[in-house]
Amino acid sequence: MADDWDLYEVFIRSKRGSSHKHVGSVHAVDSRLALESARDLYTRRSEGESLWVVAAKDILASDPLEGDALFGPAADKIYRHPTFYEIPDEVGKM
Amino acid sequence: MGCIYQTEENPHFQYVLGLADDALILGQRWGEWLSKGPTLELDIAASNLALDLIGQANLLLEHAAELEGKGHTADDLAYLRDAHDFRNHWLVEQPNDDWGVTTARMLVFSLYQYCRYEALVKSSDAHLADIVAKALKEVSYHRRFAAEWTIRLGQGTEESNQRIQRGFDMLWRFVPELFETVCWEQTLADDGIAVASGTLQDAWEAEVTLILTQANLSVPKGDAHQFGSRHDGHHTEHLGTLLCELQFLQRSYPTASGAVW
Amino acid sequence: MYTTDLRTAEEKAEEARKGVPRSALDTDALEAEFQARIDADAYIEPKDYMPDGYRKTLVRQMSQHAHSEIVGMLPEGCWVGRAPTLKRKMILIAKVQDEAGHGLYLYSAAETLGTSREELVRQLLAGEAKYSTIFNYPTTNWSDVCTIGWLVDGAAITNQIPLCRCSYGPYARAMVKVCKEESFHQRQGYEALLQMMKGTEAQKRMVQDSFDRWFWPSLMMFGPPDSNSAHSSQNMKWKIKRFSNDELRQRFVDATIPQAEFLGVKVPDVIVKNAETDHYDFGELDWDEFMAVVKGGGICASNRIDARKKALEDGTWVRDAASAYAEKQQVATVAAAE
Ligand SMILES: [Fe+2]
Ligand SMILES: [Fe+2]
Repeated sequence: MADDWDLYEVFIRSKRGSSHKHVGSVHAVDSRLALESARDLYTRRSEGESLWVVAAKDILASDPLEGDALFGPAADKIYRHPTFYEIPDEVGKM
Repeated sequence: MGCIYQTEENPHFQYVLGLADDALILGQRWGEWLSKGPTLELDIAASNLALDLIGQANLLLEHAAELEGKGHTADDLAYLRDAHDFRNHWLVEQPNDDWGVTTARMLVFSLYQYCRYEALVKSSDAHLADIVAKALKEVSYHRRFAAEWTIRLGQGTEESNQRIQRGFDMLWRFVPELFETVCWEQTLADDGIAVASGTLQDAWEAEVTLILTQANLSVPKGDAHQFGSRHDGHHTEHLGTLLCELQFLQRSYPTASGAVW
Repeated sequence: MYTTDLRTAEEKAEEARKGVPRSALDTDALEAEFQARIDADAYIEPKDYMPDGYRKTLVRQMSQHAHSEIVGMLPEGCWVGRAPTLKRKMILIAKVQDEAGHGLYLYSAAETLGTSREELVRQLLAGEAKYSTIFNYPTTNWSDVCTIGWLVDGAAITNQIPLCRCSYGPYARAMVKVCKEESFHQRQGYEALLQMMKGTEAQKRMVQDSFDRWFWPSLMMFGPPDSNSAHSSQNMKWKIKRFSNDELRQRFVDATIPQAEFLGVKVPDVIVKNAETDHYDFGELDWDEFMAVVKGGGICASNRIDARKKALEDGTWVRDAASAYAEKQQVATVAAAE
């Protein structure tokens, strides 16, 4: 069906200095149209000043069943966190 | 509200009213697309266009009412004038017909409106210059929207090419009116308040030709030179019908008799 | 991040070959893990394991919800041209536009479960999918539009706020956005009615007439009574639903009646404050009417679907043109690269 337009994911940067955040998606036939629709749909209340759109089909998502394998190993690397280290109070703020 | 239109009377008011009416009537037309557009995304786009234009109309009518100095509000001016007192161009009151006609009209008009507003940013009427400076951003998006859709439809399929070409062909006879410099408009222009519409034609023509060419469309041949509404208050039949809808509630339940909206 | 899981059979087979342990794990364990996650108030995301029933129920509920937003544009949208002031016109356009946006948010959320928007719309137009029956009632005067804002959006908000905490992530996130935008819908409607009540007798009559026609149907928006609501308990367990129909309905009545009194409309005699429970009793609703309207008996039912069909059909050539243009652009880009 000709109407089966692609899904594009939409990212908005709300203000300079912050990063683009995912806000939702639009249907479009090409990325230009996706950008226009995203502007009309997601910035009606001045939600942003910069927009990205990316075809959903171009996004490779990690598999939730592999979640442990991918993200588990980071869990016990506690020495990466500043709270791991005890500094005597006399040293002051560090 | 009686007849307020006298060519000689308060041209400054008439001029701002003309700008307001163009925005109001075209905004009303765009509002008609809401829930009828080719895609939901375009419903949303259409209502953004309508909101921009009606917002402009609101500010311009408020300013016009001040210039008129008779205690009217923007709503009085929008809802209680009869067709012959409307100063909009014929182009904007034409029915939407299909998406092709609507798009063609938007290209013709938003390019024109952009040229007009761009010049008016320097108006010696500081209030007008303010309103127009804000509106210019909106119209610059309208222009882009219309150009992209003109190209998309022009280059799309055979059918879409024919449909949008039909739109331009149908509407082209309303183009000369856009560039009529009315005598009092010239006086206002000399005072730095207005811009003489005739001076905008070359820039407009260049842009429209560029976009139509890129869209594989032909520039229609100019039609007989006709005088516009700003001369004598004549409109096409469509404005009356449009106003029936626009003004119905205020006419049936007049604020003057105590109705509150 | 949610994207639509529209992987083809080949892709899935490919994954299986690579040894993704999907089939190796037994369903019971997956299901237990799924329910445990819900019980812990965690979210389910698109690619997570979920029972078929959960997926189906969600797709049905989200699409029904999306359709309601879109069909709901019609009874109000037809008043945009007639709005009584420029301010009201802008408010109404913005409001109806929001509803289109809500429809899109919800279609997108439904799509994350693998059913495309086009398919969902096809189901609507074929009469296979439902939408909120309230929109099969006509808007016969301006105050109907305001009353819809107050009562229909009000009821919708009551229904939707708990859904911001529903177990399916994309749905919950869509609802958060929707609820944020909804808040002005109810207020603008109520405020417009307050204005009209300051006006002429004719205007006050109009407001009363709207209230009389919309009040009971708005209570029916919460669905059938708990005593014969088909899917309720399972949906509660899945946290797709967090309060029962009757609970939400009562909550809405309790909030609405004082508003009606403040507005100055006459509330039906059967509605009385129960001193014991501190809630308003409102008697039995006319469920025969409700069922008739659900089955397509509302006076506008066919108009609504016809209007959607017409919009879609009239726009076919535009969508075709956009597709053709995009294709040509792509060919041109490829040719330029070669
Ligand atoms: Fe909504
Ligand atoms: Fe709403």
